[in-house]
Amino acid sequence: MTSSSLRLRAGLVSIVLLAAFLGIWHLATRSTGATTTMSPEYAKLMGLTATQGKSAMPGPVDVGAKLWEHVRRPFYDNGPNDKGLGIQLGYSIARVGTGYLLAVLVAIPLGFLIGMSPLLSKALDPFIQVLKPISPLAWMPLALYTIKDSSISAIFVIFICSIWPMLLNTVFGVASVRKEWINVARTLEVGTVRRAFTVILPAAAPTILTGMRISIGIAWLVIVAAEMLVGGTGIGYFVWNEWNNLSITNVIIAILLIGVVGMLLDQILARFTRMVTFPE
Amino acid sequence: MSTFDNPFDPDRNLRARCVCGQHQSAAEHERATALACEPVESEEKRYEGVVASAVMRAMFPQDVARRAFLKSVGASTALAALSQFFPLQTATEVFAQAGAPEKKDLKVGFIPITCATPIIMAAPMGFYSKHGLNVEVVKTAGWAVIRDKTINKEYDAAHMLAPMPLAISLGLGANAIPFAVPAIENINGQGITLAMKHKDKRDPKDWKGMKFAIPFDYSMHNYLLRYYLAEHGIDPDTDVQLRSVPPPEMVANLRADNIDGFLAPDNICQRAIYDGVGFMHILSKEIWDGHPCCSFAASREFITTAPNSFAALTRAIVDATAYASKAENRKQIAEAIAPANYINAPVTVLEQVLTGTYADGLGGVKTDAKRVDFDPFPWQSFAVWMLTQMKRWGQIKGDVDYKAVAEQVYLATDTKKLMTEMGLSPPATAYKSFAVMGKTFDPAKPEDYVASFKIKKAS
Repeated sequence: MTSSSLRLRAGLVSIVLLAAFLGIWHLATRSTGATTTMSPEYAKLMGLTATQGKSAMPGPVDVGAKLWEHVRRPFYDNGPNDKGLGIQLGYSIARVGTGYLLAVLVAIPLGFLIGMSPLLSKALDPFIQVLKPISPLAWMPLALYTIKDSSISAIFVIFICSIWPMLLNTVFGVASVRKEWINVARTLEVGTVRRAFTVILPAAAPTILTGMRISIGIAWLVIVAAEMLVGGTGIGYFVWNEWNNLSITNVIIAILLIGVVGMLLDQILARFTRMVTFPE
Repeated sequence: MSTFDNPFDPDRNLRARCVCGQHQSAAEHERATALACEPVESEEKRYEGVVASAVMRAMFPQDVARRAFLKSVGASTALAALSQFFPLQTATEVFAQAGAPEKKDLKVGFIPITCATPIIMAAPMGFYSKHGLNVEVVKTAGWAVIRDKTINKEYDAAHMLAPMPLAISLGLGANAIPFAVPAIENINGQGITLAMKHKDKRDPKDWKGMKFAIPFDYSMHNYLLRYYLAEHGIDPDTDVQLRSVPPPEMVANLRADNIDGFLAPDNICQRAIYDGVGFMHILSKEIWDGHPCCSFAASREFITTAPNSFAALTRAIVDATAYASKAENRKQIAEAIAPANYINAPVTVLEQVLTGTYADGLGGVKTDAKRVDFDPFPWQSFAVWMLTQMKRWGQIKGDVDYKAVAEQVYLATDTKKLMTEMGLSPPATAYKSFAVMGKTFDPAKPEDYVASFKIKKAS
């Protein structure tokens, strides 16, 4: 059996699964016809759910039509509270990017230091263990209160949630570089700085990248929640705004897009990981 | 609305003594409320009326004299005579362009509910730009966020629940920061909505064990629901559960059967009906007709650092509120505020709220033109009442100087001054008595009022 035929069959199964899912979705959300009789004057004031028994959940056709509408004009701007999906995603990605890069700048050097010093590693461990499991959103009120700026607070929340996996993985990667390599470097009288960059960094890189990949996933998860909380702009705000209007169709579209963007971010990091992986 | 009627009407009193300022007494006002005010054709016309009203008041400090004068010569003669030695036209123009604002680009936060109508509509309908401001109205996720963003100065001013500026100034649920209310947004316009399954349980005495949602702890909704329940012998702290739920989540929660009902701002009530998940038990005006709900608030700091901007902003809001108070403008307003950039709700829902002809969720169509109304004057007695309820339900511990707090936060004096400058006729006093579920509230005796309730939180 060749790998191309396996891929083909896997693709077929994927398509069948998708079709089955859409079919069931469509059947489950069909309208049930008029539920109760009501005067036309009254019916005019009521929504379709009440008058025609239309399911509160949109069907795949509704979602598809709405999605097409969004895809056709992704960058419209109708004022501060209504912008196209492209702009909203741009805001979210910019926030995640900023918070994440700051976290990289802090976590990797810090992780290096901690990883190279067993003393620091032990001393800081209790703090890291306590801070790591805190839900990033729990920081939000504190951030809003102290930073006094909601967009910086959102970036701070991304920063704080993406720092821990990177920090821990860097510490672990640096600390578990094989002793023989370091000893060889030492025998060759390589200086500390050079040793860090030419021996430890390449050896620890796969572990560090894995940490970064976990972090970007978490950061993307958190931005949606953070934006729902703070509002203003971003895909999370879009979800909240459409929820406000009980527009489940738009919420489903947003969910879909959040998934796609999350996958893309993950794939980018996965590619970087492959670039630095080495066979032992 | 008092300020916007014809000052040349001999039967009209320019010195207000009732809610709307148009009648001699509250009783006369009640009788006359059925009569709609004269529609105003245009902005200039309204300003002209406003300015003329001020001129007439200046010329005839005694109202009796003015009436006698008008009755004897007739309104048109009086207007002609007045125009001869007083340039009404110029005065009107001067009023329209007041002192230059220190800061032109302002941000005002709002929560997407119909209570914020004047704040929101002022943007698409051009009330801010008319008063020389470039205002961005920013939709905000919840009351706590709007509070924090206003305190952090991301917003210059904001839409807040009427009790919030009192709570912030007192330091309840936040650091004490002096806030002020130059204008009330809306009166009435809320409702108790129950899940469809309770349509035979209309007596509040049967509501023991039910779960209700309110938008925020420091809200009129909380106080009105507690008041309503307590009047029916239900202790809101022990017999039922009250949950603070952001308005958009209320309909979803009602549908999911997580709550039995809510006292919520409109369009949320009407939205629950529109989607067939709930029905209107009562409108909030049946608890207290004319109750305030939301307010337009700013920090003292903004007022002192940018007094002209603040004055222009208040003028724009008062102007928009006056426009919204006219029934014939309501349909147009519903269309202006419905898009995703503003409230983001179906136009039908907003129209039902604003015009007062609505589906009740039980198959009937009801009409109540005063379902929601707009009146900007920040009565200090409103503030005193809210403070008594904060005290009653244990939000304020210890003694409170009701009058001092009310006067510090509710800027009736400043609003009065501004309105007079604008040529409007504000009410003569900032305190008025009113009745909540038939029980009269005397703003001069808040402590006795608190003590008079049987059901309250023991402090």
